[in-house]
Amino acid sequence: MVEKLVITGNEGSALAFKQIEPDVVAAYPITPQTELMHNFARYIADGLIDTDLITVESEHSAMSACVGAASAGARVMTATSANGFALMWEILYIAASSRLPIVMAVVNRALSAPINIHCDHSDTMGGRDTGWIQFYAENTQEAYDLLITAVPIAEHPDVQLPVMVCYDGFIISHTNEVVEVLDDKTVKDFVGEYKPRINILDTDNPFTFGPLDFHDYYIEHKRQQVEGMKHAYNVIPEVFKKYEDVSGRRYEYFEKYRFDDADVVMVVLSSTAGTAKVVVDELRGEGLGVGLLKPRVFRPFPHDKLREALKDKKSIVVLDRSDSFGAFGGPLFTEIRSALYGIENPPEIIDFIYGLGGRNITKDELKTAFMKAVDIAEGAEVKNRVDYLGVRE
Amino acid sequence: MKKGWKDLPIGGIIEDAANSRNFETGSWRTFRPIFHEERCINCLLCFIYCPDSAIIVEDGKMKGINYFHCKGCGICAKECPPKANAIEMVREADYAEKES
Amino acid sequence: MANLKELASRPERLIGGHRLCAGCGASILVRQVLLSIDKPMVLSNATGCLEVATTIFPYTSWAVPWMHNAFENAAATISGVETAYRHFKRQGKIDKDIVFVAFGGDGGTYDIGIQSLSGAIERGHRFLYVCYDNQAYMNTGIQRSGSTPYGAHTMTSPSGKVIPGKMQKRKDLTMIIAAHHLPYAAQVSPSHWRDLNKKVEKAISYDGPTFINALSSCNRGWRHKMEDTIEILRVAVDTCVWPLYEIEEGILRITYKPREKKPVEEWLKPQGRYKHLFTPKYEHLIGEIQKDVDQRWERLQKLEGCFVGEKDK
Repeated sequence: MVEKLVITGNEGSALAFKQIEPDVVAAYPITPQTELMHNFARYIADGLIDTDLITVESEHSAMSACVGAASAGARVMTATSANGFALMWEILYIAASSRLPIVMAVVNRALSAPINIHCDHSDTMGGRDTGWIQFYAENTQEAYDLLITAVPIAEHPDVQLPVMVCYDGFIISHTNEVVEVLDDKTVKDFVGEYKPRINILDTDNPFTFGPLDFHDYYIEHKRQQVEGMKHAYNVIPEVFKKYEDVSGRRYEYFEKYRFDDADVVMVVLSSTAGTAKVVVDELRGEGLGVGLLKPRVFRPFPHDKLREALKDKKSIVVLDRSDSFGAFGGPLFTEIRSALYGIENPPEIIDFIYGLGGRNITKDELKTAFMKAVDIAEGAEVKNRVDYLGVRE
Repeated sequence: MKKGWKDLPIGGIIEDAANSRNFETGSWRTFRPIFHEERCINCLLCFIYCPDSAIIVEDGKMKGINYFHCKGCGICAKECPPKANAIEMVREADYAEKES
Repeated sequence: MANLKELASRPERLIGGHRLCAGCGASILVRQVLLSIDKPMVLSNATGCLEVATTIFPYTSWAVPWMHNAFENAAATISGVETAYRHFKRQGKIDKDIVFVAFGGDGGTYDIGIQSLSGAIERGHRFLYVCYDNQAYMNTGIQRSGSTPYGAHTMTSPSGKVIPGKMQKRKDLTMIIAAHHLPYAAQVSPSHWRDLNKKVEKAISYDGPTFINALSSCNRGWRHKMEDTIEILRVAVDTCVWPLYEIEEGILRITYKPREKKPVEEWLKPQGRYKHLFTPKYEHLIGEIQKDVDQRWERLQKLEGCFVGEKDK
């Protein structure tokens, strides 16, 4: 049974958490994640679900307790943002390297300093090499859906990796939208019963978790971890397909919007893609062959699929909502540019860093970005391949 | 032969609990505790103070030392009650010479 | 309370073949703690000597389920394990009683892990946290910690020409933990195994968080002969440098009072880390150390006095 609700991103995520009903959640308050946990705590307080919530004293302990509970065979979830995500950092690696299928909602928010509570992607982009699978949701619907799909992906025997589902702080987390939700039973059946790989509580079959590796084993363990991510690359579309069967909503590695016949393409993550679709429509109205590509999965990065999709375009404009200081372009740009390396006559590609600390991105600014790529497609010289959008000089 | 990544258990765990029983640390010794059973009063202080779980106790009686693990720290000899003095530390080199 | 014959009949949980130094205090302490627990157990271990030297892949010295996560989070980690346990127990998916024990060194407990420990205790998880306090960061090569005593030489508080070792006094972690009003907190020393055994048995009997702070020598950091490990710990107790006491349901009780309190020199002298105190330039510090030990001991006895007769009420 499908129901339509008007809810915020945090309410939608909380509902996904509730319907998944993990065994253990450990979380710490941080804006703009807080409302997710408010809602979730209320579900528990009202006896609607049987989850144990550990109200830890820091995000570091949140992820540490998640690792502990997951090693005990529990299905585990958490949520955070920004500085909280940064504080988890050390344990994010341990969760992934220990191959624990924890699912986390990250409400994207800028990192300090200066302290700022609004959206950008500097938190999770900084965590892109932690070994977690990363999904980026455009809106509440996607956040809700991707959280549900994250569970069987993470827990797949060939994957066994944690998944973070990211959505934009305030822009999505605090904005009401119409969302189609599934009934509890459908979600419960979809995520299924968790069959943990390990259980530290099995005192009859003791094992040692988290030993010391020297140079004689460490790289083998890392190589093995890579394999989990490789498997995830195949498992993700399988789970998305199954989810389509129950929800009617189709997910892929990336969404294409007025893409196939476009010469000029914008690549952008998360909520900005929504605004960009409007701009695409307007520019199409002006006769310009523009389109959009919105990646949903950043790790594993679908480099071959993106190369195939983008190879015949004339020019590409990437929008990065985080900077990579000292690098040549933002994280999305460097990945896409790398994916296009080695093909014949690759499209020109430019990058704009935008929206840091929640700076609003307007249609006019997106048009400016598009027009620069249009000019390049028509032969203009590329100046400032990496530039900034919406910044006062 | 060390295992490759395809054969290691996932996530870095060690499935075979307590397998360090097969790892020799006895070669660290420069001094060797010699147990004189006839003097032993079976107070078992050597057992409770051994850092290497190397005191062999059977049916509540001290039966000897696991030389595969004993690192020769000498705590057992030091803590053995003076009236018993059942453990004596001898230089490994001297012991080896005597044995040969 | 178990006698040695009984303890020796129990299965060993920390097996030999680990790579801790000869004469290490940590493994003696851990063996004594684990032999005192005659139930299924799950352990969590902070990063430190005990962790690295017992689990060098592919070898492990642990015969019971054991997990290491990171340095500062042994308590948070076990709180996650314990929560999952309670969850599954409530759901009828597990029926046996499991004891949860976390081990951390003084670095992992007094310093970097104090927040994680404080949080886990405040939340009321049922687990025993055992700090093996060897009074410095020994695993990383003997650096001063919040537990390193005044005047002790470490690599980051070296005794030099103008500075005689660590110039700050150690914090009183046991009392900090006791301020959480947890059911049971105690100080132990492996030299007094019977006292230790009794305290561990008490600690695990409580349905809540409990804490044991154990003095544990490191002969590399303290610079003493390896066979003297137990002797030096005994001296720590007999000089009242390391008093043995417990705070059970709020009531403080000193569990061992030396017949004759030994002078602090007996504790300092055998340890190379205090060698500089026995030179004309710095010998006046010994008096200061004695004064501090006396003050802390007197204060502890006064505190105990407040509770006289309390238990009978």
